[in-house]
Amino acid sequence: MAILSKEEAQAILKKTLSFSKADECEVSLGGSEGGNIRYARNAVSTAGEISTMGLAVSSTFGKKTGSATINEFDDASLEKVVRRAEELARLAPENPEYVSVMEPQTYRESIAFVPATAAINPDARAEMVLKSLQVAKEAKLEAAGFLENSNSFRAIMNSKGLFAYNKDTDISFSVTTRNEAGTGSGYVEQSFNDVKKLDTLAQTRIASGKATRSATAKAIEPGKYTVILEPLAAKDMLENLVRGFDARSADEGRSFMSKKGGGTRLGEQLFNEQVNIYSDPFHPELPGATWSGDGRPQEKTVWVDKGVVKNLSYTRFWAQKQNVKAIPPARQVIMEGGTASLEELIKGTEKGILVTRFWYIRSVDPQTLLLTGLTRDGTFYIENGKIMFPIKNFRFNESPIIMLNNVEALGKAQRSGNMIVPPMKIRDFTFSSLSDAV
Amino acid sequence: MKRRDFIYLSGIGAGAAMLQNIPVFGRDISMEEALMPVDTALKKRMADVALNAARSKGATYADVRIGRYLNQFITTREKQVENISNTESYGMGIRVIANGSWGFAAIDKLDDDNIARAAGVAVQIAKVNSKLLTEPVRLAPQKGYGEVSWKSPIEKNAFEVPIKEKTDLLLAVNDAALKGGATFVNSSLFLVNEQKYFASTEGSYIDQDIHRLWPTFTVTKTDAKTGKFETRNALSSPMGMGYEYLIPKKEEEIKSVDILYKNRYNMVEDATTAARQVDEKLKSKPVEPGKYDLVIDPTNLFLTIHESVGHPTELDRVLGYEANYAGTSFLTLDKWESKKFNFGSKLVNFEADKTQKHSLAAVGYDDEGVKCKNWDIIKDGVLVSYQTIRDQAHILNLPESQGCCYADSWSSVQFQRMPNVSLKPGKTPLSVNEMIKNVEKGIYILGRNSYSIDQQRYNFQFSGQLCYEINKGEIGGLLKGVAYQSNTQEFWNSCSAICDEKDYRVGGSFFDGKGQPSQVSAVSHGCSTTRFNGINVINTARKI
Repeated sequence: MAILSKEEAQAILKKTLSFSKADECEVSLGGSEGGNIRYARNAVSTAGEISTMGLAVSSTFGKKTGSATINEFDDASLEKVVRRAEELARLAPENPEYVSVMEPQTYRESIAFVPATAAINPDARAEMVLKSLQVAKEAKLEAAGFLENSNSFRAIMNSKGLFAYNKDTDISFSVTTRNEAGTGSGYVEQSFNDVKKLDTLAQTRIASGKATRSATAKAIEPGKYTVILEPLAAKDMLENLVRGFDARSADEGRSFMSKKGGGTRLGEQLFNEQVNIYSDPFHPELPGATWSGDGRPQEKTVWVDKGVVKNLSYTRFWAQKQNVKAIPPARQVIMEGGTASLEELIKGTEKGILVTRFWYIRSVDPQTLLLTGLTRDGTFYIENGKIMFPIKNFRFNESPIIMLNNVEALGKAQRSGNMIVPPMKIRDFTFSSLSDAV
Repeated sequence: MKRRDFIYLSGIGAGAAMLQNIPVFGRDISMEEALMPVDTALKKRMADVALNAARSKGATYADVRIGRYLNQFITTREKQVENISNTESYGMGIRVIANGSWGFAAIDKLDDDNIARAAGVAVQIAKVNSKLLTEPVRLAPQKGYGEVSWKSPIEKNAFEVPIKEKTDLLLAVNDAALKGGATFVNSSLFLVNEQKYFASTEGSYIDQDIHRLWPTFTVTKTDAKTGKFETRNALSSPMGMGYEYLIPKKEEEIKSVDILYKNRYNMVEDATTAARQVDEKLKSKPVEPGKYDLVIDPTNLFLTIHESVGHPTELDRVLGYEANYAGTSFLTLDKWESKKFNFGSKLVNFEADKTQKHSLAAVGYDDEGVKCKNWDIIKDGVLVSYQTIRDQAHILNLPESQGCCYADSWSSVQFQRMPNVSLKPGKTPLSVNEMIKNVEKGIYILGRNSYSIDQQRYNFQFSGQLCYEINKGEIGGLLKGVAYQSNTQEFWNSCSAICDEKDYRVGGSFFDGKGQPSQVSAVSHGCSTTRFNGINVINTARKI
């Protein structure tokens, strides 16, 4: 029941809108089903399954909006939720930033749904986790991990006739393997739309290799180093950057994208020429929703071209005020890479540090986008193109803006979580202190 | 979409970065509906259906939580209300032990058939999981309390205060900040009411009504000429209180450089002060990196306590259950067994307390029916205990659980969560002024800001909202770019003085995350202003 077809969703939305007496009304409907297994100390700790579906109505009189939600779908319930939203709208204060609902749009069909992933059952999940546990036990390591899959749909319709529908599937897996002495730790994390791309056995082997190789780490002095960031580490830094490509905060003078003397840094060369970032809901490795929450089509958008910031995202209100196109915020973000493998990047490095993962990244200064955080689960010293020995974890204080100016080389991009990111070789990355954590 | 339908507060401006992406779980409801509690007799009857069904399917233990979770959040910016939302989430979670293993199922359609079916599913999951067990669950003994109840000791239910009164307050806060010269201001108010009913096969039927609130704001000032901007966040605290927290009272104020607040908060006054201070921050001088004696106010130290003391003493982290997410802990069991692990200086005493009035984690009974209490975690600088629930108590040879079990929803599995962990005030009379008088070269730090700590809780870096220079016992101007970086054990060993109980205040974390799928919890940390000698301070300024 939780996953409706386009026609089923359309019928419920139409029915709901037929009860509306407001000036404008927007109805959204979404559902998901899926399950998870959590394990630790080489045994399953919790497992569960859940299925949910809900409908939200947003009614507007003039510039006064009210919203209400419900999880029952008979006619009486649908009418009730519309009346509730209208009642709340009449009581609400006027919103001077209210923008009328959108005219109908055309969307391309999403490619984010994979039937094989939608068909995952508890046995399939257990089997994937058993493979992971088996690798850890054979390697005499302790595994803690989490496997979760979901299958979901979302649809909206408004009183101007706009209708949009999307469904997608997702599977994510992560595992930490640690040695008994607590001196070595390794980690992997992967997300896919298609379960066939996930190999928990091979992935746990990678984590186990890192756990074994990272034991007995040596301390080296903090300072500025050339680093090679594996895609997982690079992704965490990039996420913080892309989130900041917001026009309003830049226009208001409270963002790293704000310009001295007023205005924004849109069009400026902010990064090294090798940096190209775009978003695309139709990328075969990272397919996503074809429309944003308010119905705007998600199109391929270039954010950074050869180091120059090309676009900022807008709310519909802010775009109207500035008289520009209302580009929705980036989702399905891709940073282009080169052709080199991670091994080749290491081979070409005289002295440097391989970072497999960062942890607890927090903003320190929004003005410069300075971030702090730590390395975790395997950090290694490189000399003359070879990994020499594991090193103790570092705390870093670095801005992704400075980092992307100091790009020496980019490897082959790959999916990491909900981004596609290359491994990166960066010079002068700032490590400020040592951590004893393993 | 993941396991749950989080509503994200996307309407909040980018300037209020700390307020973004706050998850609130539930469906929207009207205020009249929110104020109608579910009948206790009905809840008892439904709980019995679940307990009997679980037993009949082979459970050796079962507990049921029927939860009704109400949230109200209001967000504003400058002269307008951005969002008002009431949400409710209502349902039942059934947890069982069968074949020595845990099983769990949750439902929101509470008819007898569905309840009995869900109890059966929980038992079935337990039996399947038992094949992957390394050792069976061992529950610490727990007596049944019969039918009991507990309520947060609030004076004024914030949900009953008319929305208009609340939006008027937030708009008055914004007005005060704008009049004071701020360029932008975002303010918000979060209210939580957990109506929880717990029943177990031990014979407890516990009805609880828990209230929490968090008023906060961010004041921003920009300087178009230089392209610089600064913010100052509210010095309020999330509290386990009703609306009375927002009714100012002179005797709950403390005079420092400016006014600070205990169990009552003057939000408008704080916004006026913030507008002045954000201007001072723009003009402040950069800090010279180096070693300083830090005088840390409770509005900042509470978070340092949370991260460096609260988290590493969670027993599930110590054992490795959080290894894949939040991390493990440097406070390994051998350090506790030695009875002499030197966590901090002799002045350092941390107490866990789930009964503390006005605190966020205060309840009568935890989410597995254990009556709440207090105990020492660090005594005279030595690690003496952790935080446990029923299936962990035997690891510490404890005769009973310490009552730290919590789930953020009826649909979440309850697990070990942090109690209030607080630093005891100094025993000898000492005011903040007296403390500062003796500092040669130091920094006085107030308000929470950036915070980051490693996965075993050794290395941390924190910064504040207001960092005043202290020179030869005198407070000077504000400093820019201050962050203090230390190692947990070294930091607490450098603790050289703690102000007395007159300065004691609680701060808190309203949305502390842990677990996979992630759950939030709310927890307070009390302390008085405390001095730490010779702490490393860095300058975080960069040029881009």
